[in-house]
Amino acid sequence: MRVRCAVATGLGVAAPNGLGTENYWTATLQSVTGIRPISRFDATVYPVKLAGEVRGFEPAEHLPSRLIPQTDHMTRLALTAAAWALADAGVDPGSLPEYDAGVVTASSCGGFEFGQRELENLWGRAPGHVSAYQSFAWFYAVNTGQISIRHGIRGPSGVLVTDDAGGLDAVGHARRLIRNGTPLVVSGGADSSLCPWGLVAQLPCGMLATGQEPDSGYLPFDERAGGYVPGEGAAIIVLEDADAARRRGARCYGEIAGYAATFDPRPGSGRPSGLRRAIELALADADVTPSEVDVVFADAAGVRELDRVEASAINSVFGPYGVPVTAPKTMTGRLHAAGAALDLAAALLAITNGIIPPTVNVRPAQEYQLNLVTGTPLRARLRTALLIARGYSGFNAAMLVRGVA
Amino acid sequence: MQKFTLDDLRTIMRACAGEAESIDLEDDILDMSFEELGYDSIALLETAGRIERSTGIAIADNDLTILGTPRALVDLVNSGYSREAVT
Amino acid sequence: MSRQVVITGIGVVAPGGRDTKAFWEMITAGRTATRRISFFDPHPFRSQIAAECSFDAAAEGLSYQEIRRMDRAAQFCVVAARQALSDSGLEPDALVPHRTGVSIGSAVGATMTLDREYAVVSNGGRTWHVDHRYAVPHLYDAFVPSSFAAEVAWLAGAEGPAAVVSAGCTSGLDAVGHACELIREGTADVMLAGATDAPISPITVACFDAIKATSIRNDDAAHASRPFDRSRDGFVLGEGAAVLVLEELASARRRGARLYASIAGFASRCNAYHMTGLRPDGREMADAIKAALDQSRLNPEDVSYVNAHGSGTKQNDRHETAAFKRALGEKAYQVPVSSIKSMIGHSLGAIGSIEIAASALAIEHNVVPPTANLNERDPECDLDYVPLTARELPVDVVLSVGSGFGGFQSAIVLARQDLKAA
Repeated sequence: MRVRCAVATGLGVAAPNGLGTENYWTATLQSVTGIRPISRFDATVYPVKLAGEVRGFEPAEHLPSRLIPQTDHMTRLALTAAAWALADAGVDPGSLPEYDAGVVTASSCGGFEFGQRELENLWGRAPGHVSAYQSFAWFYAVNTGQISIRHGIRGPSGVLVTDDAGGLDAVGHARRLIRNGTPLVVSGGADSSLCPWGLVAQLPCGMLATGQEPDSGYLPFDERAGGYVPGEGAAIIVLEDADAARRRGARCYGEIAGYAATFDPRPGSGRPSGLRRAIELALADADVTPSEVDVVFADAAGVRELDRVEASAINSVFGPYGVPVTAPKTMTGRLHAAGAALDLAAALLAITNGIIPPTVNVRPAQEYQLNLVTGTPLRARLRTALLIARGYSGFNAAMLVRGVA
Repeated sequence: MQKFTLDDLRTIMRACAGEAESIDLEDDILDMSFEELGYDSIALLETAGRIERSTGIAIADNDLTILGTPRALVDLVNSGYSREAVT
Repeated sequence: MSRQVVITGIGVVAPGGRDTKAFWEMITAGRTATRRISFFDPHPFRSQIAAECSFDAAAEGLSYQEIRRMDRAAQFCVVAARQALSDSGLEPDALVPHRTGVSIGSAVGATMTLDREYAVVSNGGRTWHVDHRYAVPHLYDAFVPSSFAAEVAWLAGAEGPAAVVSAGCTSGLDAVGHACELIREGTADVMLAGATDAPISPITVACFDAIKATSIRNDDAAHASRPFDRSRDGFVLGEGAAVLVLEELASARRRGARLYASIAGFASRCNAYHMTGLRPDGREMADAIKAALDQSRLNPEDVSYVNAHGSGTKQNDRHETAAFKRALGEKAYQVPVSSIKSMIGHSLGAIGSIEIAASALAIEHNVVPPTANLNERDPECDLDYVPLTARELPVDVVLSVGSGFGGFQSAIVLARQDLKAA
């Protein structure tokens, strides 16, 4: 039985260095960073000074006013990006047969700022001051729910939480739904936790960068690496069954040709990380050999030990300096559930346009033996791209996307 | 005696639940149903909660299900104020 | 031939019973575990009732450090996972790490930790610029609840795909459905699948108060959860976890595993209507039911028992009744339907998995648990909801359903293993 192919037909992006897919891509090719001193709240007392904030986003310009009181900032970004992605795909799910469309999003922390406000209402005032909207505005499923309602999407849907691996896991699951017979799935991720509580909840993991200078805050694969810069954003991808997309004349950014997820062994067990296996399984799934991979979009944790593991996994598959590697997230920070989805959007645009976006500010350390694309974007004929995403505690995801002829 | 006006209600409704696209709250909405105004049950609960907190007048569960219009809600709050003034 | 999925181990942490045996004993006796909230002073809240677990983490074998770093919900699912693994008879070294995965559902993640720690870092809500010096070391595990899947994976030595599935109140069904799919497609041979939630915390009680969704029968907590009853007034918040060991059928048979039931079908839909509201016709839940039965290659006539969502809100119980009629036709009036939320409350994301465990046990024992507190049916709820007393009857096929905030509607079908066509 023929396995259905899943292709990306629409992109919607709200990123720290560009609101809208075109703005994001233009900024990325010009090495314009969205990492700046935190402006969302007064960060004076905190050891972290930098963040990737989405700028210029006015909810009232993008959403009906009735949705604003009931949505966290990240849901507003998700809804806006979803609308853009569907417009880009030229499709209205509500006009499709009843259950022929689904939504799968990734979330990491839910509507954290909304949650902080309501926790403040609870503890600072009284239980009766907690909003009715707290019953759904903060929880992890909210973006899938709100996208489903706004666009009349009633087919199989879901929500995955795997920290920064989520963006790929959501799209991988969306592909599974398409293979199982749902012709269209809106997928991707959105996250925002740029509020004091969001920052404070992340700080204890010890992986946030404490630098003050935007140009040296987040330096993966660099010997100066000192952690990551947190960011916010939304990246939504419309995935369709390839035959259905072809029939309606949809423009196709690329095929989700391979996907795999693994989980690392318990720390201290002495067993090797599962990242290499995730890459190999994704390539096998796509029926692609390492020599056929034209670029790798790295996870780029920015933490030395994690960078070492990732570089080692890449080199064990491709050989030292064996494939161009890039991390455009050096211009946005790590966006949790949106991060890998944004990388996917970038990879699809890279393949479509034949150009690899650069990694900024990084002086690649020799020890990693990576062919990192730095400085300017690199023109190249790209047939395939491999994406890598990792979540806190050991979640590994890898995805192989292939351009359509 | 305190008075709760339609304008007070408009302010709270906008803050709690925005404004439906085809509706202008500045119109004569006193006798329009909340449904017509585009407010669902959660929006009403949020509005009622906000009113309770800012006026101190309790809105009973039963009353909330019966209240169909802004007029009914404004009247309910004002009769609450009257009862307070008397006691 | 396509791969099939069977349940070979069950672990349950539920209100009123510390393990699967105690849980089954309680729900078949028709006893309830809904009481006045004891975790904190409930008097400032509208609903003051919950179904709490008597859970002693140390007695359950968790270490000091595990207890310190894990939210209560994580503790629940680790303990349930350990029970399930032991129940399955799978030796630890029999698991092939890269062929073993984890799928854990949770609606509200590490809510208790976040609620408690917020009070500290904000010093009682006094400051928006919360104090990072008071942040506890493992707060990130609460910030992103994928930590629940990580803890279960570490326990089991699983190195295949691991994830938390968080689709509101259908998380418990959806996580198991997700796991089944991974086995069917050949990605994994064994999955630890289930769900957990520990939401009995001020913030959760307050938000359900705000939408008046929970019961205020505070003077009669033991009888407050009344699905399908005319006098029902909302759900009772609960907590708990259930984890199942799911295996590919052929390899389960090869090792001589005890097979509780096969998971014959799973389907989910969205109502795309409202984040918390339900249309009275139940059409999307009905479609999920039909799709799950189709996948199972079974008909409504084959269903022995329906384990309902039965949360006890006015709108849910009517919505669901309509869905059953729509999907099952005349059979809806003949098949026993019951809601165990009447006894153990509604543990949000966890309950779907706990209900799957109950469904598997119903098949194992040929007993259907009752709907407690059902003294007078709502006239619009006119099916056989097995009031008050458990019922013995042949149970070969169980349909379990769930409905959640966000519009999620899910259905799963369990079948006695020797019933299934090869």
